[in-house]
Order: sequence, then C-alpha cells, then structure tokens
Amino acid sequence: MNALTVLSIFKKEFRAYFLSPIAYVFTTVYLMVTNFLFFQGFFIINQADMRGYFGLLPWVFLFFVPAITMRIWAEEKKLKTLELLLTWPVSDFAVVVGKFLASFAFLTIVILLSITVPITVALLGNPDMGPIIGGYLGALLMGGAYLAIGLWVSSLTENQIVAFIVGVVVTFALFIVGNQFVTMAVPSALVPIFSYLGLGNHFDSIGRGVVDSRDIVYYLSIIGFFLFLNVRSIESRKWE
Amino acid sequence: MDSQSNSVMLQVQNLNKRFGEVHAVRDLNFDVRKGEILGFLGPNGAGKTTTMRIITCFISLTSGAVKVDGTDIQSNDLLVRKRIGYLPESAPLYNDMLVGEYLKFVGEIRGLTGSQLDSRIDDMFQVCGLGHMARRPIGKLSKGYRQRVGLAQAMLHNPDLLILDEPTSGLDPNQIVEIRQLIKRIGQEKTVIYCSHILSEVSATCSRILIINNGSIVAKGTPDELTAQSGSGNRYAMRLRGAEQDVIESKLREVPGVSGTRLGVAPGDWVSLSVFSDGSQDIGEQLFKSVVDNGWSLAELKRETASLEDVFTQLTRGQ
Repeated sequence: MNALTVLSIFKKEFRAYFLSPIAYVFTTVYLMVTNFLFFQGFFIINQADMRGYFGLLPWVFLFFVPAITMRIWAEEKKLKTLELLLTWPVSDFAVVVGKFLASFAFLTIVILLSITVPITVALLGNPDMGPIIGGYLGALLMGGAYLAIGLWVSSLTENQIVAFIVGVVVTFALFIVGNQFVTMAVPSALVPIFSYLGLGNHFDSIGRGVVDSRDIVYYLSIIGFFLFLNVRSIESRKWE
Repeated sequence: MDSQSNSVMLQVQNLNKRFGEVHAVRDLNFDVRKGEILGFLGPNGAGKTTTMRIITCFISLTSGAVKVDGTDIQSNDLLVRKRIGYLPESAPLYNDMLVGEYLKFVGEIRGLTGSQLDSRIDDMFQVCGLGHMARRPIGKLSKGYRQRVGLAQAMLHNPDLLILDEPTSGLDPNQIVEIRQLIKRIGQEKTVIYCSHILSEVSATCSRILIINNGSIVAKGTPDELTAQSGSGNRYAMRLRGAEQDVIESKLREVPGVSGTRLGVAPGDWVSLSVFSDGSQDIGEQLFKSVVDNGWSLAELKRETASLEDVFTQLTRGQ
C-alpha cells in the first residue's frame, strides 16, 4: 500500500516536470553550459579523459539542482494543494520519498543525456573508462544529496525564489566546509571531520574510479538525513 | 432517527485548538448523525476551517477527542482519512494536470485500481457533469468547473463522511444553485458537513445547523428551531411622512412594546423605519394608531418575524 502511494506520487511528480517547459529549458541550458565549459579547456589540456567535466559538476549542481527542487513543496504550499494532498490516506514519509525519487529520476535523465561527452572523448582518444563510470556514479550520488537538501529547503517556504536561493546557500555551505578554504583555517584536529562532511570530497574520490563504500554511505546518509528533516518539516504543520 | 451510538458518524468532544496565543477552537462538542447534512456556520475567522482541518487530520488537536464512526482520529489517522472526502476552501487543485488524469491520480492514491477506478471516475463525470471536460487542463477551467472537480475528487472513493468547506464561494448564482442541488442529492446517501458563512446557503441545504463564533458553538438546531430560538421579537418595516425623522422616531419609541428603531433610506420627505418589538404580541395596531394620532401619513406597515439572518447577526455580532 505504501509502495503504491510512493509510486503514484512519483508518477505524478515526474510527469509534472514535462508538463511545463521548465524541463526542456533546464536540460538544454544544463547541457550547453557543461559542454561549453568542458570543451573549452579539453583541447588545450589535450587529454582524453573527463576529469575536467566531473570537476565542474559540484559547482554546476550548486545552481541547477535547487532549480529542480525549488518548486516541489513551495508550489504545493502556495496553491494550498498541500492541504488536500495531506488529507488523503498517505503517510508524510511516502509523499517525501515519492517526490524525492521523481526529482532523482529527472536528474538522472539530465545527467545521462550528457552521454555525448564520453562518446566524443572516446572518438578522439582512448580514455580509461573506469573513472568515467565512477564519475557518473558519483554524480548521481552527489546529485541525490543536493536534491535531498533542495527538497528540504523547499518545504520551508511557499516562495519558489526563496527556496532556490536558500537551497543554493545551504548546499554551498555544506560543500565549502570540506574545501581547502575552510580546512586550512580550522584547528588541525577538526580537519578530518570537516573534510568528511564536505559534499564535494567524496565525489572526487569516486571520480578517480575508486568506489569506496564510505563515500557511498556518506551520500546515502546525507540523503537520509535531509529526507528525515523534510518529513519533520511537513509534519510540523500539525502543531505550527 | 434512533439514538444508538452506531448511528453517529462524527463525534467531537471538548475539542480545543491553540495556535500559540490564539485559542482558535474552544471546547467544541457536537455529533453528526449518519445520513445528515450538517450546516457548519460562522463568520469568517470563527474557527470553521480549523475544525475541519482537525477532523481531516491535516493539523492536530490541542486537547479533546474526535471520532469518525467510532475510530479515533489520533490513534488511527490513515483509517479515518480513507473514510473522509474533503473539499477545502477554494478547491486547491493541480493546475497542470488534465481533469481525467487528476481524478485517476487521486483514485490511485486512494487505493482504487483497474476497472473499479474507471467506473468510479465515470460515475463522478456523470454526477458532477464533467464528462466533456475530461481532457481539459484544470488550470483552464472556470471557477464552477474547478469546484466540480474538487467535489468529484472528494467523492471519488465513495466516502462515508463528506466535508465541504465553502463549496460555493466565488460562484455565480446559477452555479450556486447547481452545486447546492448536487450536494442535496449526495446528502440523500452520505453524511455531509457543509461549512459556510452565508446563511441562506446553509438553510436551503442542511437538515441541522450549528453556528460557531470565536471558536465556540453559539447555537444549534434545525433551521426552524433556530428561528424560534431567536426569541419572539418582531420587526415592522414602516414608511411614513408628516414630520421630521427625529420626531417620528422618538414618538414611535413611546409606543408600548417597542424596543428600538432603526432608520432606513427613503426618497423625498418619506421616512423609512424599522421598528423592533421585544414581546411576542403584535403591536401593529398600536403603531398605526400612533401614526393616526400624530396626523402623519402612512404608506407601508409590514410585520416580519425574525429570520435566520437575524439569528446569525445577533449571535455573532459585536466581537
């Protein structure tokens, strides 16, 4: 029963992306931006790999992923459809999971549409496929974490623009704590904690083709934690 | 109507809801019997929507208990939600979905599948007159049709208890009549709670009325009982001339039995007045004699017994 609820929500949310022009505009802009930024340097470096491409993703996702999620709860709140949705026999958790999976499926499609890049690289040289496959896996995991954060932020407001901006800020904050800017400044005892928490570091190691279970656990925990916060923020309507 | 406990669809006991400092619902107690259309009436901000949101498990209660057909809403909220159909105020719907697609989605969420779902959707198209709109996007529908989609959504799973929050707000008079007839038809088999702040609306449709103000019940009963409850006062509409307004008003107030007067608007040197009496006896004759004694001319003298409208104003005014 619960699985069917998740499925219904998933189907509805997933279709919603394609009912408005947003999905097409989004996909086009995403592919143009990433391809342009990558190929700009690709021929100068003259190496047949995608390190440069995956190096862009943590930054590009910072702006693209909150754009995918900003609508999801904020619109329901604004149009008051939430009041109907949450009086149907559905658990808050099932709705949150359904919405997350729909946004994840959409992001997966967008990421997979960049398949032209590895094909181009493979035509031009002889790349090592390990890091490329690892890079895509890492991109999905990192994207999932960004999505969970964006989804949670969207549940806090009824204004999509606010959801977008706060989403960017929160993801950026979680990204930057693991970056060298921050780890250089904190006491050395705390450096491992900060660099573990950083959203980007685990992506780098997966992107080298080293799929470590700790990195996967990290992203799954981030996703789980923010989905949990999301359920709590939806539940909070009950007590205000 | 028998008084067995299993004939009660909804039981609300000592219901309280606070939002921080605001005490939105205070010690609400009422029952709704099976097969009854209950009018839930009150001015805007009286706590109607809050009460409905609690019953539909959208928000939680602060204290008290609500039972839907014997099931407590706090201990078993998913079960309760299955049995309730709810149309919130202003019918919030997903604008980018098609009507048919939307009903299918709601049906799936409600656990309907296959041919059962299709036949329920067909039924709803028929009952709500939506068949020719199945392939329209909801965002392009008129207010009246949106309301119908909202109703269809609420009735799709054949619920035992149907809760409608201001189902006719924003509709034109023809649409209001249509929706009202629809609700009456539904009410022949279902238990319905009909929230409104418009009295004529509720008195035309409901078998019993509950008036709330500032979060507590101020009156309940059938439309007739409520009219009687308003006391025995009468109102006389008068139109006359022959003296200054103030003079006429003060002279008429001296007539025994008159409790007050209110000036209306009249053309020329005519004076239009509403005269209120507190006793049950007819003072029309005394009013007429007073007019004759003063040598005024009288164009109109009409007695009106207190209407539901007066009851509502009396009970909910002045806060």
